Amino acid sequence: MGMLKLLKQFIDAFENRTGLIAFFTALAEHPVPPDTGWWYVFGSATAVAFVIQVVTGMALATSYISSTGEAYDALNFITTRALFGNLLRGMHYFGASAMVLLVGIHMGQVFLMGCYKYPREFNWLTGAVLLFLTLGMGFTGQLLRWDQNAVWSVVVAAEQSARVPVLGTYVARFLLAGKTLGGATLSRFFAFHVFFIPAIIFAFIAIHLYLVFHDGISEPPLAGNPVDPDTYDARYQELVEKHGVPFWPDAAWRDAVACALVVFAIVALAYFVGAPALDAPPDPSLLAKDPAPDWYLLWYYAALALIPRGMTDPFIFIAPAFGFLVLVVVPLFNRGERHPSRRPWAVAAVITIVMMILTLWIQAKRAPWSPNFAAAALPPNIIASSAPDVNRGAALFHTKGCEFCHEVAGFGGHRGPDLSMVGARLTHADIVIRVLNGGTNMPAFAATLKPAEMDALVAFLESRKPR
Amino acid sequence: MASEKVQFEVHEAPLSPERRAFLGRVSIVLTAIAGALVGIPVVGFLLGPLLQPTADTWRSVGKLDDFEVGKTVRVAFLDPSPLKWAGVTAKTAAWLRRLSDNDFVAFAMNCTHLGCPVRWLDDANLFMCPCHGGIYYADGEVAAGPPPHALLKYPVRVREGQVEILTSAVPLG
Repeated sequence: MGMLKLLKQFIDAFENRTGLIAFFTALAEHPVPPDTGWWYVFGSATAVAFVIQVVTGMALATSYISSTGEAYDALNFITTRALFGNLLRGMHYFGASAMVLLVGIHMGQVFLMGCYKYPREFNWLTGAVLLFLTLGMGFTGQLLRWDQNAVWSVVVAAEQSARVPVLGTYVARFLLAGKTLGGATLSRFFAFHVFFIPAIIFAFIAIHLYLVFHDGISEPPLAGNPVDPDTYDARYQELVEKHGVPFWPDAAWRDAVACALVVFAIVALAYFVGAPALDAPPDPSLLAKDPAPDWYLLWYYAALALIPRGMTDPFIFIAPAFGFLVLVVVPLFNRGERHPSRRPWAVAAVITIVMMILTLWIQAKRAPWSPNFAAAALPPNIIASSAPDVNRGAALFHTKGCEFCHEVAGFGGHRGPDLSMVGARLTHADIVIRVLNGGTNMPAFAATLKPAEMDALVAFLESRKPR
Repeated sequence: MASEKVQFEVHEAPLSPERRAFLGRVSIVLTAIAGALVGIPVVGFLLGPLLQPTADTWRSVGKLDDFEVGKTVRVAFLDPSPLKWAGVTAKTAAWLRRLSDNDFVAFAMNCTHLGCPVRWLDDANLFMCPCHGGIYYADGEVAAGPPPHALLKYPVRVREGQVEILTSAVPLG
């Protein structure tokens, strides 16, 4: 009994001096609107993914070396030899994936339910900043793998940031830490990834959470119940006073379940799928590389491939700026209906964005705009001819690079039109003119092909017709 | 009655409104100066790579006789002033073409579209970019695809039987 009394005395003294127990009790028990349901769990789920990133990141940092000469070896050590290293890298990767995915769903839910309307406009803006910071973490984190893909991604990132008007070159050199990729580049990205961006994220999460408590959790939207800033506060007060439930555990249990599921999924994926494979060791002097970002930025990479010729420079700068501007403008529409059934344009906007990203993502997976350097020479059963010039033409079709962009019977790339049946489509003259002169997306071969080679290539192409 | 217990002692007279305003301003100015004293070197350190230009250096990429007239080959060379810990990333590369006995041209390997490394296809006599299918002719001019302009070139010279390339910044834009 004496011990219990002593413990109580200690707790009382602690509370008297800190007030922390009263503070957290008030937070836990503060009344929230009823019926918030499962759509409200995605904020907490994003936060728990961030916590996983912090914890696994701190552990990984103990073995990582932010030196361009040694980082790759450190990554290999972590992946293959360190206890739980592969699992931790996997958790960090799938944690990042989960965070990007959940932040997107959270934003979509907040937008569709009109939760960003009065008085929560400012919290929408802090969320928009957190979205961009999360993508920044994703990109800088991918670079820390410091394999061949990462090295070239840095170069591509520098090239893209150089398109910013006036300051472009300075931004690019700031990122590279010099005029070229080198010893100072990686330590800079490491510092951004583990100190600069996380510090800003922590600050913004603190403001984000403070505002959640300050403005109150938004009540589920009701059709025909528009937000009017003049009357909203009084109505919200009345709602939580009359029908409110304590946050813990009445509403928080769903967050707890969702967060636990997120953790289980991340650990399970890390265990069964493992860490993302490392590419070849970094070497900026080896040029056989097609750098591509991780899945969450791959759709943007596809957009860059599909924008019309000559529009790349403005697009690179204007598109992200425009995206951020749209997010900033959204809370200006801070009154009116909240329920999605009364906001068809809002629903259409979300569906359009999701479809756009999915379409770009599927396109990026196929990457039809990339030449297929791995295309094998056409086998005899596809050439299907005993004529010497057709066979010579088929060989030239491969060696002159035609096959990297054109497909014939399942062989080759997808950059240009499929030529499996070109002999039935184009006349002899059409083929000759096109090969000699090229086109917007095809080089002219007039200077490259000798007359005999030209004849053989055209003979081969003419032979591509239904048999 | 027991002697009265001393509750509080106040030694300073209340501040006049002018003095309050003045001391408030002094505090803000001192904080700003202190912040600048810490902030300027921090920001300067981060901007160092922009403010401390490194001189370009001529690097030998091989003997004159190593290169065949009319051929385009990849040459690797060191950055202007590589750091000790740069490892393999101290290296960079270019596509070097021997035009005649003493005439060379060195192309930057970065596609002018987004900076991906272009490949030289010897048989096709073309540079091809793996990322978005940009294609250039042997002279670096755009042949097809999204690149906005020709491949950039590095200065190249022949000196004492050695072919030398002037190391330059990553070609931007």
